[in-house]
Amino acid sequence: MPRRDDLQRILILGSGPIVIGQAAEFDYSGVQACKVLREEGYEVVLVNSNPATIMTDPEFADATYVEPLLPGPVRQIIAKERPDALLPTLGGQTALNLAKALHEDGTLAEFGVELIGARYEAICRAEDRDEFRTTMQQAGLKMPRSAIATTAQEADDAMIDIGLPIIVRPAYTLGGRGGGIARTPEEFREIVHGGLDASPISQILLDESVIGWGEFELEVMRDRNDNCVIVCSIENVDPMGVHTGDSVTVAPQQTLPDRLYQRLRDQAFAVIRAVGVETGGSNVQFAVNPETEEIMVIEMNPRVSRSSALASKATGFPIAKIAARLAVGYALEEIDNDITRLTPASFEPAIDYVVVKWPRFAFEKFAGSDQRLSTHMKSVGEAMAFGRTFQQAFAKAMRSRELDAAADLHGTRAELVARLERPSSERYDVLLAAFRAGAGCEEVQRVTHIDMWFLRELRQLALHPEAPFAGTRSYRAVDTCAAEFAAETPYFYSGWERDGEARHEVRRGERPSVVILGAGPNRIGQGIEFDYCCVHAAMTVRASGRDAVMVNCNPETVSTDYDTSDRLYFEPLTLEDVLAVVEIEQPEGVIVQFGGQTPLKLAAGLQEQGVPILGTSVDAIDLAEDRGRFGDLLDRLGFKAPPYATAHGVDEALAACTRVGFPLLVRPSYVLGGRAMEIVYDEAGLADYLRRTAPPGPSGAATLREIFLDRFLENAIELDVDALCDGHGVWIGGIMQHVEEAGIHSGDSACVLPPHSLGPEMLEEIRATTRGIALALGTLGLINIQFAVHNGELYVIEANPRASRTVPFVSKAIGVALAKMACRIMLGERIEDLGLPSEAMPTEHVCVKEAVLPFDRFAGSDALLGPEMRSTGEVMGIARDFPTAFAKAQAAAGAKLPRGGTVFITVTDADKAGASGIAALLGDLGFRIVATAGTARAIRGMGVRVDAVLEKIGGGDGQNVSDCIEAGEVDLIINTPTGSGARADGWQIRRAAVARGIPCITTLSGGHAAARAIASARNSGEPIVLSLQEIHRERTRAL
Amino acid sequence: MSPAGRQGRASAFVLLEDGTRFDGVACGAGGRDGFATGEVVFTTGMSGYQESVTDASFANQIITFTYPHIGNYGVSAEAMESERIWARAVIMRAAMNTEDAPGAERGWLDWLTDCGVPAISEVDTRALVRHIREAGSMRGGVFGGSTEMDEAMAAVRAETPMAGLDLARVVTPRETTVHGAGGGGPRIAAIDTGIKLSIVRQLVQRGALVELHPCTTSAADLLASDPDAIFLANGPGDPAALDYVVDTLRKVVGVKPTFGICLGHQLLCRAVGLQTYKLAFGHRGANHPVKDLQTQKIEITSQNHGFAVLGPDGERPIASDEPVRWTTDFGDAQLSHINLYDRTVEGLTLLDVPGATVQYHPEAGPGPNDSLYLFDRFLDQIAAVA
Repeated sequence: MPRRDDLQRILILGSGPIVIGQAAEFDYSGVQACKVLREEGYEVVLVNSNPATIMTDPEFADATYVEPLLPGPVRQIIAKERPDALLPTLGGQTALNLAKALHEDGTLAEFGVELIGARYEAICRAEDRDEFRTTMQQAGLKMPRSAIATTAQEADDAMIDIGLPIIVRPAYTLGGRGGGIARTPEEFREIVHGGLDASPISQILLDESVIGWGEFELEVMRDRNDNCVIVCSIENVDPMGVHTGDSVTVAPQQTLPDRLYQRLRDQAFAVIRAVGVETGGSNVQFAVNPETEEIMVIEMNPRVSRSSALASKATGFPIAKIAARLAVGYALEEIDNDITRLTPASFEPAIDYVVVKWPRFAFEKFAGSDQRLSTHMKSVGEAMAFGRTFQQAFAKAMRSRELDAAADLHGTRAELVARLERPSSERYDVLLAAFRAGAGCEEVQRVTHIDMWFLRELRQLALHPEAPFAGTRSYRAVDTCAAEFAAETPYFYSGWERDGEARHEVRRGERPSVVILGAGPNRIGQGIEFDYCCVHAAMTVRASGRDAVMVNCNPETVSTDYDTSDRLYFEPLTLEDVLAVVEIEQPEGVIVQFGGQTPLKLAAGLQEQGVPILGTSVDAIDLAEDRGRFGDLLDRLGFKAPPYATAHGVDEALAACTRVGFPLLVRPSYVLGGRAMEIVYDEAGLADYLRRTAPPGPSGAATLREIFLDRFLENAIELDVDALCDGHGVWIGGIMQHVEEAGIHSGDSACVLPPHSLGPEMLEEIRATTRGIALALGTLGLINIQFAVHNGELYVIEANPRASRTVPFVSKAIGVALAKMACRIMLGERIEDLGLPSEAMPTEHVCVKEAVLPFDRFAGSDALLGPEMRSTGEVMGIARDFPTAFAKAQAAAGAKLPRGGTVFITVTDADKAGASGIAALLGDLGFRIVATAGTARAIRGMGVRVDAVLEKIGGGDGQNVSDCIEAGEVDLIINTPTGSGARADGWQIRRAAVARGIPCITTLSGGHAAARAIASARNSGEPIVLSLQEIHRERTRAL
Repeated sequence: MSPAGRQGRASAFVLLEDGTRFDGVACGAGGRDGFATGEVVFTTGMSGYQESVTDASFANQIITFTYPHIGNYGVSAEAMESERIWARAVIMRAAMNTEDAPGAERGWLDWLTDCGVPAISEVDTRALVRHIREAGSMRGGVFGGSTEMDEAMAAVRAETPMAGLDLARVVTPRETTVHGAGGGGPRIAAIDTGIKLSIVRQLVQRGALVELHPCTTSAADLLASDPDAIFLANGPGDPAALDYVVDTLRKVVGVKPTFGICLGHQLLCRAVGLQTYKLAFGHRGANHPVKDLQTQKIEITSQNHGFAVLGPDGERPIASDEPVRWTTDFGDAQLSHINLYDRTVEGLTLLDVPGATVQYHPEAGPGPNDSLYLFDRFLDQIAAVA
């Protein structure tokens, strides 16, 4: 009884912007679901606010809505599209919560939309802690005991019930402040006392401690016939206490005897049945005490997850694809195993290799934040590697991380071992160093509780790092069956065997191949946008009659779906690993333009080895990156750039600064996402910057590597242009105007397309300059140029002849897939062959991109925008006018603008005049205006009403700003910290805003846009929803 | 310290009867000089190595583990499926000893060494398995690195091929033993052709009293205690070589409810007149999907067999999921379980006399517990007849 014929149209919800804990894995699962459901003949309606996803490419759904994932807009979409069913299990927690809300507000019932994949009751049973606990108890499964206490007496009573050790967590404190693990009654009472004090609501959560127990995850699938299979077991090398997203994990599990593993398997089935997930995949997490063999259920996700993406990539079993088929009525046995094509999906993969996943952190971006790992996930991406042994896989995963800076491994053996006590992002680097310094497994185990099996392996690896790689590299197929059946799907990894003979399993046809190098682990500055471009490259290469060959090591992505390319090599992106693939493939060329900095860093090395690089030459990329050479080029072309200098070391920098002139933008050379980039206003500020960013060591500051000094154009309008060039002609895809002024990293700035405040002459100058630079660089493919307009003059900030972060946004805004076009150029086509419209700029709609920032994860770090990029993801708002598009983007980014209430304004002196305009507009809209004394004076001076004046933090006896924010008395904050004033003033305000989830706008132009957006929303109510297909059709008609 | 290293990394190699050679390092008994021959087979289970090597069904066989790391949690008494290791030798990619794992009573490699079982590690097991998959299982041996090739090949050739081999006599006990307290449950007489302790455990846990008879037992001996049912165990070798067991069975089928697992399934089928054949490389692992045609449910099964039963028309894969029927010497038989990987017979029910069999291992040990219900079904059927 396959496929349900009573459904025609299915609504899929995506997961929205990339945030910590919810990343590209949901694009991967969403794309699989869209493909499968359309293959099955269903119409798919998709909602996702994230334009950088493949799933929001209009070709993947019948109607694609890049709209906020909120009940209001989705209700409108349901009313408009009238889907028969909603599949909520592929878009992470966001989609699940949204589906739950749509059920609760009656929308689904009103429009007759059936929840498929997971019913409402099942979602509640899995998501609500109490219901989940009850459900587990009824199923006879154990969970760590827990309680809530508001007094010392309640806590004491709970202690008797729970037993020691107990984890104490105060409610609503940042970063778990005031909590701890109590091992004795005395310790417990002390922590409880502190915890009740620390919690603003005097409440503490008490949990039975399973810290140090082994942590295991099982990926379960269940079909409508109640058949269950385990796709994969995953063991966390880090024991309980570190979030699984931050743990190094290994598949399959290594340390449990069969009989104990089978108990876990039985319990995983019991969990999915008790929760009532009728079809689809779930992730069940367990804590296991290896000594007593006690098992506790920790949690379950009734949906696909980060772990299910990992399990899919680790085994070749496509969980999301199969979950989608199960949701529409198929049984597991009715679905083929893609890899063998002979056996059904009702089986459990057997694997004959080891897979290791490493988290990728970005603490360097969040100075001042707590870098210790806990149950709160902090990593921004991950890398995965295969090996024939654990050591091979571990070492490959480790080198896949591509760290910007090596971990600090100074210290004696004792110091290194002591550092291991608190898990940090550098845990394994330190651990290996400790072994090299002579530490034994036992002493490391005492502080880390990591299983001895892993420690013994890691010690071997530390002492003999080359040993696992002795012998010969062979490419092996990921085949789901440990070679029991022949594999048809070309998904490969490399492993080393001591035997001299390479036994590759790669079968290479007659067609020429093109190797596409992916972007590696997601990190800030290099995210899903680059994976999007790589996937487009693969599609284009395939369409051209060549074999697309993908090399990447990021398990979250669409690019590492074996469906995306003709051959997938799941390998680290290092020169050595890539050259080995090239050796096997003998490709026509390698594409390095689409994967961000990762492949670009390899370009020169590949070229040296005689590997053909497709598209823009390595030299041109280098020319654009080299400030001196690029400056000369601009001079020759007669284009203006802000004055700049390149300095080596402190003395040179201090000497050059006056020549360039303040304010200055300073940064080290060759950086991604503006790492360590800052604006300084005077010599003292520069000296301070140089001191802080100097490499460690005695000669630190003196040996500082190359740094760039650029005049910072204050209050300039910044622009981004994405264009195509074939060496002869240039086609401009999009001109984006940043909402924030220059000085905010372009990746963190909201931007609008088309630009909303530039005249036709300036736009023409931008086009001409773009053409000039693209041609002069000999660009073949994509180029991104950043401009600033300062006092009516156009300045070139930088040019990058490669795919930029904004390519997917522009592609969706204009209805032309820029990366595909660029790839066709790289394969030899000319712009005139591409059938492009003469004008790309939309006229009937406006698109706004907004960045999403992870400040809530990094307690202690300033929630301030600056030249260093810190956003993890982005959203897009599409509307008929700028204010509405901006409001949609804000709402999608999680900072839904209020319709009314209280606005708190505090701005720097330079912004005070501008702020009064915003205050006037908001005042007219009925907002209560509160401000700090100086700002209030300025606003009143312009004849605008101020309702209350607040004291700065730490000043006076009146009501304090952060008290107000924490009390929830503020609905919107406008706080501009740029300028030469002390930035620390606003720090607490922004931190409080982040903690309370209050929109906090840090630029004046952002404030203006917000005010206009609020006005527009109040006038016209809920903005109408627009599908990409609609706006692209309009454009085609208009042309 | 890796155990292989501890032994000075003595080289060793695997030689197959077609001349294919894979190199590795010795890590079990005998070091450089130890060697063993047998039928080289592979199992894809990712855990449960100790259960496998102590399963008598692996007698005369050399086990290749496809999962690279073997030995991760040491060995313990409760994972024994018989009183000894039956596998002739063990081939691994990355052997571990792990004597100090929680719950381990001894290291895996120490134990193999104590038991005199040669083992080889650092073998490209995937290449070996792909070779067997293409060429079929064959005889082979594990040899110390200094062994001359022609000497090794002679040893391999001297090994009796599995087809036609009676190994039940090798693994069967000399005396009849009785297990369980018999707390009101049925009395079950089993022909012990190499029974796994997990099977005995599952029956005893359900209150049965289990008699284990030597495989050469007579029908009269089997029926002497007036058991409620006859059970046919798993075991090694070719069912076609066990006509004496088949003859015994023909005297009890129809007299008592009769049930069989694995070799026992093949023997009961032969006893009612059906045919068995040798599979190209067997089923060994813990992930094969089997469909119960009565409930339509799919269970993930533990498998360990090299022979199988032919379909009603002599076919090997059975095309449909229909409960097809055989005409047997004891009335009709109906297909009850089918393997969804290669659609071979996984179980059948005798319709006119009480009896049923499965080809796979519902007792797990190692592998999934999905099929434990069969023991309940078995005991229910006994109760229904009684």
